[in-house]
Amino acid sequence: MRLLKKTMLLIASTLFVHAQPLGLPPVPIPTDNPQTDNKIKLGDMLFHDARFSADGKVSCATCHAKEKAFTDHLPVSKGFSDKKGTRMGTRNAPTVINAAYYTSQFWDGRVPSLEEQSKFPPINPVEGGLHSWDHLVDMLKKDDFYKKEISKVFNIKPSEITIEHFAKAIASFERTIISGNSKFDRYMYGGEKDALNAQEKRGLAVFLGQGRCVSCHTISQTHALFTDNQMHNLGVGFKALGGKSSEVAKEYIVMLAKQKEKLKDKTGNKVDNHAADELVLAEKRFSELGRLAITHEADDMGAFKTVTLRNIAKTGPYMHDGSLSTLEEVVEWYNLGGKLNSNDPDTPFLDGGIRPLNLSGEQMVDLVAFMKALTSPEFENVKETK
Amino acid sequence: MKRREFLKKTSILTAGTILPMSLIEVAFANEADGSKSGENFTFAVISDAHLQQIKGTKFVRNWDMGLKKAVAECNLMNPKPDFILFGGDLGQLGKAAEIDHGAEILSALNSPVKMMLGEHDYYLDLGEHWMNRFGDPYYSFDHKGVHIVVLNSILVDEKWTNKWKDPMERMQTMAGLDDPNGSPFMVGLQQRQWLKKDLENISKDTPIIVFSHSPLQKLYKGWNFWTDDAELVQDILKPFKKVNVIYAHVHQIQYNKIGNIAFNSVMSTAWPWPYPETYSQGTHYMPKMTIKMNRADPFFERDATGWQMIDVHSGRVDFNFQLPNNKNRTVAYNEKTEQPEDMEFQKEQIPPQTHY
Repeated sequence: MRLLKKTMLLIASTLFVHAQPLGLPPVPIPTDNPQTDNKIKLGDMLFHDARFSADGKVSCATCHAKEKAFTDHLPVSKGFSDKKGTRMGTRNAPTVINAAYYTSQFWDGRVPSLEEQSKFPPINPVEGGLHSWDHLVDMLKKDDFYKKEISKVFNIKPSEITIEHFAKAIASFERTIISGNSKFDRYMYGGEKDALNAQEKRGLAVFLGQGRCVSCHTISQTHALFTDNQMHNLGVGFKALGGKSSEVAKEYIVMLAKQKEKLKDKTGNKVDNHAADELVLAEKRFSELGRLAITHEADDMGAFKTVTLRNIAKTGPYMHDGSLSTLEEVVEWYNLGGKLNSNDPDTPFLDGGIRPLNLSGEQMVDLVAFMKALTSPEFENVKETK
Repeated sequence: MKRREFLKKTSILTAGTILPMSLIEVAFANEADGSKSGENFTFAVISDAHLQQIKGTKFVRNWDMGLKKAVAECNLMNPKPDFILFGGDLGQLGKAAEIDHGAEILSALNSPVKMMLGEHDYYLDLGEHWMNRFGDPYYSFDHKGVHIVVLNSILVDEKWTNKWKDPMERMQTMAGLDDPNGSPFMVGLQQRQWLKKDLENISKDTPIIVFSHSPLQKLYKGWNFWTDDAELVQDILKPFKKVNVIYAHVHQIQYNKIGNIAFNSVMSTAWPWPYPETYSQGTHYMPKMTIKMNRADPFFERDATGWQMIDVHSGRVDFNFQLPNNKNRTVAYNEKTEQPEDMEFQKEQIPPQTHY
């Protein structure tokens, strides 16, 4: 019986995914937030509505703009502006394209779902800058359109609107931003032997072999997500800690406890994520702690999520801090085992999978050509980021 | 608070993270029976680095990175461990360059370092360079009410030691597994006499921690997971109420108890060894190691390696294993069963195999 129920749910949840793009599996849909056309439309509007920010100018789309392949093409993102100037974050805006497939969200995976993710930026002090979710919900309730639409979509009374409805609608919209059908997909899964040219094929061989890329940017028999959904220390941001990893970690733990205390009444039981969300985006040194800021595990020092490589040519600059501006630099970084200069020291926290690759110049050029073949047709016209 | 309650309450927290470590400071000076037994403290063990010189200043990167990671992670711990014991096998072939290179990496540690000798540090020059640098290979000290002994358990009989013309041949033979030309480790008469004397004036209620490179018990001779005079050393330790033996060499997590002596092994920062099959019941034969195991996951070089933070309270030790790319593990002393137990996996223990 339970199995039947599960199967039914599975069918229900996959019904909305019409023609699956080549190279991608069905989009996972949480059972408590099924896709509906109205909800997706509502999410689309909320995603693009700049009113949910301190200066009324920052929406999700500010940092995740469709015409920029759902990124902002900046090293790190800008938040709202006031007399003190424009707030700057500490991290690169990851693309929303195919984010629905990640098993955790944000660079440090601090939340498990798009629903949990989408409610933080509006109230982060360097992003949207709203005081609280209550503030945001008030705005929804006072707006005739949203009041009506949310009530209708979720079948609730206007007085029952919470931040969860805001989050669910945006998440539903984001689950439609799915993109495959690249030249690689046509070659790999579409049986088009000539979809990749000779150089791109050589690049694929490097990707699968000597480049060791595929171990984290995974490809399977039926689809390719290009992520293992794990956190790894690639040596990026190591210099920013200036040899003070240990001091910064200790300072962070103290600050986190204080921040949790401060946020206690405002957000109920979500204080853990909330406090970390504020600290890591406010201070670069805390940002560089990576996954450790969430788990407090030594092994997570400087570790960040493996991001997908789909549309990578259109979503630069690269790495969690946007510190590498071209794909050539990225390949050079990996080739030297996590640095741009062979004389730079290795971080002792470097992931066990990262080591010098000894790729030739030609292999590196081929690898970049291969990555450029991962662009989906609908983003082909986005200006390449350098 | 009773120890068991303490463990229950902290079972999620003892995983050796930088935050929980500060919570382990929770006062726990009273034993279950209400008596006092010294202060609580934390120390770390980093072991079996096997740093190997390729040529000149070039060393095997994998082993270097393993030790460097353990050192850097150890420096993250809060509060700082009272001391860090290096468990032996700093170098792979006992060369001065390897031992010096290791000493340099260890010098980055923020806590005092105690050294133990492994067979890889010894059988080239019979420990000459190691001893010049680090001092005596066996010694004892007292720390917060606990008497701590470091032994040199990797000696073999003099006849074997002196029969080699080429010191490197001796080193290589001792470094091999299942080599019929090898010889079983022992603590030896001289050190056993020293140990007896060292413990003479120590109260039988004083908790004892003994560090040895090889297990002070007999697990598997072919790999020297073995100390030939283990029973004789155990006899010396028997009169003490609380004895904890911590050994290196095996590159894996082992724990058991013989009488009053709780045994715990430590992880290597370099590579894992598989479990010796002496665990299974009845007679059978270990397969020869034909392929040297480098790492469990061929991609992540740190997989199945690690290091450990150890909490001492009530004279017993709890191990918090730091395991890169893996779930950290805690093996704590359960006062109820009077055994060291894995805090998570103990419940699901698979009984040893009796047939194939």
